[in-house]
Amino acid sequence: MARYLSIIDSAYRATIEEQDDTAVWFTHAMKNGGADISILLRGDAVNYAVLNQDAKGLRFGSRAVKGPDMVRDVKAVIDKKVPLYVVSDDLAERGIQPSQLIPGIEQVQRSAIPKLLENHDRVLTW
Amino acid sequence: MATITIGIMDPPYESANTPTAFRLVEAAIRKGHNVNVFCYEGATALGYAGQKQHPNAVHGMTLEEEDHPNPKEWVKSLLAFATEKNVKLVWCNCGLCVDERGVENQVEGTCRGSPVDAWKYCEASDGVLMIGTQ
Repeated sequence: MARYLSIIDSAYRATIEEQDDTAVWFTHAMKNGGADISILLRGDAVNYAVLNQDAKGLRFGSRAVKGPDMVRDVKAVIDKKVPLYVVSDDLAERGIQPSQLIPGIEQVQRSAIPKLLENHDRVLTW
Repeated sequence: MATITIGIMDPPYESANTPTAFRLVEAAIRKGHNVNVFCYEGATALGYAGQKQHPNAVHGMTLEEEDHPNPKEWVKSLLAFATEKNVKLVWCNCGLCVDERGVENQVEGTCRGSPVDAWKYCEASDGVLMIGTQ
């Protein structure tokens, strides 16, 4: 079975309407189907790794919007044994400290991405 | 009280532009302003009445628990909100864009128009914002 790497760069694109990130969701669904898959968060998507995100409180008129729960969704893929990597350089550029990250996420340097690619057979970029 | 016109281009479930546009419309109504919304291209599907909620197995939620948002409900809610606030909200879809996409079945209270109608809305407005797709 091929090893997949899901590289997620696009962040918070449609999360309000979808109540999740569709790339994280898709990856989770593949895992549920039996795929051997990992996730690499890079660029703005590194913020998905941050604890204490809160998108609640939005409403349009009388219609309340639940919004996404990215912490729940990231924890869920970690619980499913999906290796989850985050680019440490991108965290640093955004001022995100390691102490702010959801436990279970592995940091990799940008220079280590080629090695990560070598360890996977197929790459999905989002 | 002012009148503003907001143009939206992005289709549902594709862009953060969409909830941003809805937030701007909501805020304007809340402050007592009249709003014209002109939906162009994919945004004409925002008020499509055929949108359906679904359960989400990945989230482990039933249809009711997931309560998946359909933008058509946001359109309906904003139209009702405008009525409640006694301001005018026009939700106009580009007719040709509607026909191309087969989304003629729209929620009640929306209308069809053309770029000329959009121009007329702009002419009659104190401010105009076009949120183009990228």
